[in-house]
Amino acid sequence: MADIDIAQELPVPVERPPQSTRGVLDWLRVNLFGSVFNTILTLVAAYILAVSIPPVIRWGLVDAIWSAPNGQACRGAGACWAFIGEKARFILFGTFPYDEQWRPLFVVVIFIAMIVASCDRRLWGRRLMLLWLAGFVVAGVLMWGGILGLSYVETRLWSGLPLTLILAIVGLPFAFPLGILLALGRRSRLPAVRMASVAYIELIRGVPLITVLFMASVVLPLFLPPGVTIDKVLRAGIGFVLFAAAYLAEIIRGGLQAIPRGQLEAADALGLGYWQRTRVIVLPQALAMVIPPLVNSFIGGFKNTSLVIIIGLFDLLNTANNALADPNWQGFATESYVFVAAIYWSFCFFMSRYSQMLEREFNKSRQR
Amino acid sequence: MASETIDAHVPSRRPPPWRNPRVRGIVLQVLFVAVIAAFFAFLAQNTIVNLRRQNIASGFGFLDREAAFGIGESLIAYTPADTYGRAFVVGLTNTLYVAALGIVLATIVGTLMGLARLSGNWLVARLAQIYVEAFRNIPLPLQLLFWWALLRGVAPGPREAWQVLPDVFVSNRGIVFPVPRGHPAFQWMGLAFVVGAVAAYFVHRWARARQAQTGRQFPAGWVGLGLILGLPLLVFLGFGAPLTLDVPALKGFNFSGGASLSPEFGALLLGLVIYSGSFIAEIVRAGILAVSWGQSEAAMALGLKPGHRMRLVVLPQALRVIIPPMTSEYLSITKNSSLAVIIGYPDLVSIANTTINQTGQAVEGIAMIMAVYLAISLSISLLMNLYNRAVALVER
Repeated sequence: MADIDIAQELPVPVERPPQSTRGVLDWLRVNLFGSVFNTILTLVAAYILAVSIPPVIRWGLVDAIWSAPNGQACRGAGACWAFIGEKARFILFGTFPYDEQWRPLFVVVIFIAMIVASCDRRLWGRRLMLLWLAGFVVAGVLMWGGILGLSYVETRLWSGLPLTLILAIVGLPFAFPLGILLALGRRSRLPAVRMASVAYIELIRGVPLITVLFMASVVLPLFLPPGVTIDKVLRAGIGFVLFAAAYLAEIIRGGLQAIPRGQLEAADALGLGYWQRTRVIVLPQALAMVIPPLVNSFIGGFKNTSLVIIIGLFDLLNTANNALADPNWQGFATESYVFVAAIYWSFCFFMSRYSQMLEREFNKSRQR
Repeated sequence: MASETIDAHVPSRRPPPWRNPRVRGIVLQVLFVAVIAAFFAFLAQNTIVNLRRQNIASGFGFLDREAAFGIGESLIAYTPADTYGRAFVVGLTNTLYVAALGIVLATIVGTLMGLARLSGNWLVARLAQIYVEAFRNIPLPLQLLFWWALLRGVAPGPREAWQVLPDVFVSNRGIVFPVPRGHPAFQWMGLAFVVGAVAAYFVHRWARARQAQTGRQFPAGWVGLGLILGLPLLVFLGFGAPLTLDVPALKGFNFSGGASLSPEFGALLLGLVIYSGSFIAEIVRAGILAVSWGQSEAAMALGLKPGHRMRLVVLPQALRVIIPPMTSEYLSITKNSSLAVIIGYPDLVSIANTTINQTGQAVEGIAMIMAVYLAISLSISLLMNLYNRAVALVER
């Protein structure tokens, strides 16, 4: 029975070899014109592109005016990039004294360099923290001045990109520990501590950032003893710290919850106390797990800084908005917004790509 | 003996109170509560002193006073002679209106874009990816200002308005579009719609029960659709198809007739939908990718049609992954609608802001906004948690 030829017993249809999937035409067939529905989709998408792309290119490049003495001479069918050339310095550095604007420029360069350095995982550790501390000190000296022969500049005049970066970054060293404490508090055995943490986190996460900023800018001065005042930038910073802490707390709680019970029991068995256990066993593992969502939360925080326009700080968005008020250069809102959108986009896109890369790296151990 | 030496070293059963975790916990909590109470008392004391020094009244008495400011657009009747309380209600309805519309539209846009990113069609997938990457990474306030500038400044006057669809015009006064003229038939059609929906629900239940018992299938989906759409259509035809459109027409310097959206509302809705849509697209994509391919293969092996495979196998499992992040996205759409204040759409925050500027009662004003948003947030999370429980995995 063993030597029955199956091909004779069963009428096997002659199969054609699989279609080639190499070459441009095959790629087109597989990816664009595979079926009737697919072909319709391709045609619709191509139509949308054909209708939308040429006007944008004509507006932004072909018909654009690249240099002009004033707004009147810059009016045409296309974009007026001369407006950006005229106003870029104001949009980037705002009301900072004109002759001193190399100082905020250096601050921006320092911050970007530190962000880039922090992306290298080999550098993570104590030295990086020292680097950040040094960076903050140098940035503070450059922005405020008043020593080393630099003239003193009030925070009222800080504006543009440096202010945006300061609001996004300088609050973190305060928000992060507060977030850790809140996350620990939410998982505490002590009911009073737990309830207070839950109330704070849910209250802040339940209201829009605007209300927290209003609170910081309008109500905070009322909370202080008479005679004590704090400046506007600091007040906004406090608002951001209080807001960010609640969101960071929830991310960190996710990491805390992912720690196996055995780790805690092992720490207890070693005789570690609560704070020793938390510092040496729990937090290092919990924080490492949530680094990608923390980066995402930082991106959100960076975008959120643009809300300070509501309480009248001159961040990057507000300087772009104020550049429109020049009577010599009227009506170039689109150009101005496109310019700052490109800046915001580059920062956020770079960081989100980085966070995706981290996520892939972190998941490597789980992918086999 | 050994046991004696051990006995001698075992400490007494009760640890001293300062080493007893229970006692320590209680003492710590008492201290904690005391510190927090003292902190709040300090703030309250300062606030009272400051308010008295600045001659600012406190309490909610201002709600009954005349507001004396106009509101550009409102869903309920309002004049400047109305009270601050009424103005708050106007703001609240505006916020709820734009948030509800934004949630519905962003869900549609986001789901379509999320599915498009997974499409086998290279061009469609790339376009969706460009949409997501472009709009996710630009702050919402900037997008709102951009759309507002486009609608207000770049769009032409009513005389040269862009006609984007037949009888739909975009000009710097807003967007105008035709609406059907009111007719008593519409109320009956609404009633027929509700009756059809209820009937469709019962047909669906009956069909499921019968299929579970006998295995015989019934096209409940088509019948239900027929009931929901067909009944109102029958009523409509029964009344003799009384459809006349109120078409906007240029009269003098502006359009008359039709319905219109202000540039502020248009910009806010556009910004919210496009921005949140890009996040929802990623949520939907992640949810569908989270269902392992083996599930689809198993469904195909069982001989399910593609539609059934999606509806019965992939979607129920994807929804479990999608719903929690979708809940927070809906919450953030609601909270982000407060950015209306930047472009001057009269939402709750914008009206409260005007009130605070006029009365000086910042504490009360902000407390009211916070209370309202907390209530909205808690209701949305409650609803979504109920829904989540309905679709969550029931483990045996």
